[in-house]
Amino acid sequence: MSIDEANKTCLQRIQESTAVWSDIKTAKDVIPGMTQRTVLHAGPPVAWEHMCGPMRGSITGACIYEGWASTPEEVEQLAISGELEFDSSHHRNAIGPMSGIITPSMEVNVVTNTVHGIETYSTLYMGIGKVLRHGAFDDEVMTKLRWMNKELAPLLKSALGRAGGIDLKSIVAQALQMGDELHNRNKASNALLLTALVQHLISVGEKNEVVKAIDFIDKAGHFILNAVMAGSKGMLDAGSNIENSTIVTALARNGHETGIRVSGLGDRWFTAPAPMIEGVYFPGFGPEDANPDMGDSAITETIGLGSFAMAGAPAVVEYIGGTAKFAMETTLKMYEITVGEHETFKLPPVNFRGTPLGIDIRKVVETGITPVINTGIACKRPGVGQIGAGLTAAPMECFTAALEAFVLRNKS
Amino acid sequence: MARSTHILKSSYFDSVVLMRVASQLKKQDDISEVAMFMGTEGNHDLLAQVGLTTVKSREAGPQDLIVIVVADSEERAESTTQDALSMLTDRNAGQDNELDYRPRTLDAALGFLPDANLAALSIPGEFAAREASKCIDKGLNVFLFSDNVALADEISLKNKARRKNLLFMGPDCGTAYINGVGLGFANIIKSGRIGCIAASGTGLQAVVCELDRLGEGVSHAIGVGGRDLSSEVGGLMTTYSLELLEQDPATEVIILLSKPPSADVVEALEALCSEFSTPVVSCFQGAELPGNTFIQTATLDEAAATAVCRVNGREHVPVPFNLPDRISDLLEERGNKAAGKRVVGLFTGGTLAKEAQLLLSKELGPVAKSFEEHAGHIVVDLGDDQYTIGRPHPMISPEIRTEKLIELAETGDLADCGVVLVDLVLGKGSHLDPAQELVESIETLRKRRELSAEIVAVVIGTPEDPQDIAAQISVLDAAGITVFRSNSEAARYVAMLAAPACRENYMKEAS
Amino acid sequence: MKPDQSLLQQPIRVINIGLESFSEDLRKAEIPVIQMDWRPPAGGDLRLVALLDSLAEEA
Repeated sequence: MSIDEANKTCLQRIQESTAVWSDIKTAKDVIPGMTQRTVLHAGPPVAWEHMCGPMRGSITGACIYEGWASTPEEVEQLAISGELEFDSSHHRNAIGPMSGIITPSMEVNVVTNTVHGIETYSTLYMGIGKVLRHGAFDDEVMTKLRWMNKELAPLLKSALGRAGGIDLKSIVAQALQMGDELHNRNKASNALLLTALVQHLISVGEKNEVVKAIDFIDKAGHFILNAVMAGSKGMLDAGSNIENSTIVTALARNGHETGIRVSGLGDRWFTAPAPMIEGVYFPGFGPEDANPDMGDSAITETIGLGSFAMAGAPAVVEYIGGTAKFAMETTLKMYEITVGEHETFKLPPVNFRGTPLGIDIRKVVETGITPVINTGIACKRPGVGQIGAGLTAAPMECFTAALEAFVLRNKS
Repeated sequence: MARSTHILKSSYFDSVVLMRVASQLKKQDDISEVAMFMGTEGNHDLLAQVGLTTVKSREAGPQDLIVIVVADSEERAESTTQDALSMLTDRNAGQDNELDYRPRTLDAALGFLPDANLAALSIPGEFAAREASKCIDKGLNVFLFSDNVALADEISLKNKARRKNLLFMGPDCGTAYINGVGLGFANIIKSGRIGCIAASGTGLQAVVCELDRLGEGVSHAIGVGGRDLSSEVGGLMTTYSLELLEQDPATEVIILLSKPPSADVVEALEALCSEFSTPVVSCFQGAELPGNTFIQTATLDEAAATAVCRVNGREHVPVPFNLPDRISDLLEERGNKAAGKRVVGLFTGGTLAKEAQLLLSKELGPVAKSFEEHAGHIVVDLGDDQYTIGRPHPMISPEIRTEKLIELAETGDLADCGVVLVDLVLGKGSHLDPAQELVESIETLRKRRELSAEIVAVVIGTPEDPQDIAAQISVLDAAGITVFRSNSEAARYVAMLAAPACRENYMKEAS
Repeated sequence: MKPDQSLLQQPIRVINIGLESFSEDLRKAEIPVIQMDWRPPAGGDLRLVALLDSLAEEA
């Protein structure tokens, strides 16, 4: 197969994929290779000594939750001694925003790509402010985590069962036409999710717990994000491992490095130092407080959402800075580095063109345009939370390294 | 003297734009140097060559802009740097209210204009061939303004285009007219019945302006690049263009302009044209071919006049001067002041320079083409590569000519100069007021008594051109400059000034 | 070769790659033109350009 034919196949498999939020299960029961001490994280593989503040904080919180330790010092000991098994979530069909920490006892969303029989997993979204994924691990966070896993998760699981699963792809397609971009702006999609769930929650649950659940999902603002991320990964994974394809199937950051995976280059990561984010800060914070780019949420850009869909979500510029014109230009620019357009995700402001789909490493290197990522800015000190939002781009180095590897791929 | 270096990271500006801004800023009295370049290897070498490199400038990468200003004081250097940057960014500011997206890839561009049929390329020569190749792949005809394209690339591109029945104009094609639309540095002329094929540079401009002056118009003017008629390229695009014009219903006469073609190519051309019903008027810079397939002419003006006569069913009889009375008046006035003295020609148009050299050398003996040979007559093409390294072409920025004049005056090389011959080529893309520019420096030199020569100027342009040709001519007149619209007439006149012996011949022919 | 398909027989519709002044002139003449924002390929890195071109041959 020629490169162009391989890319066509890759895109075809992604386009025909689905994303159905079908269940909630415990991580150790569904995520492959979960041992007693597995700690999965966002982004490409990274060793403890290179992990940034928020990630270490999240791991501390997870270890406390699991009962493996009770202080950051103890957690550090576990990490340094090699007792904890770290791995990229991406290697285990899983995904998570910011530090993206997943440990065995956590409940995870199960999202299914029904066309290709692929299952992917993500934890439940905790909300905004002082949360686990930003490295917070105080009592309040632990209490919330327990409630989410022990009470909210089972309720949601029953509701999902009754609903027969929720079609996330359809919600995404609708939300795109309501001003969401599904990465930083999820107002419409979160509301649509709640609408889809509410009758089932009411049918399976008792009034107080249902009210609490609805309130939580609503106030969390981006509750749907984790499920959409898992769904996006499931769709892109269907396009992975196609020989001779130059399409990017994953774009992920761990706060230390950013990495990409390319369909025709198997499981290899091509990494570069994680960039800083250009954006607007919440009052009291500035660039000196910022953590480098982090999280698996750039999977949304990879599937044509997020900044790629910004033309349909101009309101997001209030959050990340810029103008409405800039929002349009960003989407137009992303068409320059992709090989196709999404058949389901359409943008009214661009005459209903499908969003840019299929980042091609050749086009990135040729044009010098790297995928733009809309993202939150985390505080580099663990536990503070989000301190702003803005834009960054995947480093060119990832793409040039991938290109070099691709040219050499047949000569080993 | 204070120098400032500023780096603007991750930007890209076209070198022509940078040079325009730089030369504008340099005009101020207290600014002695403004250099604006992208930080490519080649440009770093350039800066080193001219002694402008600084530690800071070396930090610039190929995607960074370097702005170096040398001024009388630090504040002036700083403020000028700021001016430079705002002049560059102001260009984009006005468009902020409208979405004015500029595609970065050919695919995206075609998305916006799916039935595009022509790509116009004026990018650095280094990448021009690659880009042109992509355009041909997409079925686009090509207008290649860029120069410094390798011969091997030219050959493969033209073959590729020909196989797909696409026109490939260039490389180094400055001007073309397709269906009444001027491309590149074009003069505004009438549409009409005469088709042209040319290298194409100022030779084409001179011819179409003359056609316009004679009341005729152009159907199409196709630029084939200066090497098309070499034996390596074999006349690929010339033959294709001849076929197209022969078949074009609007074209009744074809003019073919070129430097002398190689012998094998001539054979092929003659074989082709002998089957034509459309007459072909040729001008090969004075070279004469043995056959009679072409209606051969010796000069650009003769080619234009011959084509005009032909299209009106007449024969053309060439004369040295169209208005001999004016010439004899001028000669009487000027007398023998310039007799036996040096002729210095400073041209912005290469073909015009070449034609002047040929005509002058007939009467005056050897005419040098460069400044190295100090004594004797010189006619220099200031648009030649050696003078345009790191500077804009003199048609855009004629300042280089006045710089050269001043240099020559300072080294005493104008002491024995009797005549200075210059050209002013108007049209889109050319400097907006070349006459004023020239007159100012002439007057300065005259005041300093460093220039006593007569100045003769050829003005190539039409009344529709942006420069207001009538105003340009009157500015020149008022400064005592003798103005011609014809390059060959100007050269003959200059010959007569410097070598009175040839007057009898030219004036006799004229009457 | 079909003469009626040559460029000379069609109204021109231009993609301008380079000097903006050419686009401005065409717009004034009411000719459809798209101005590209051309940059040197791969930021001018010839080694990367060579890699890209090697792939173009197999594509």
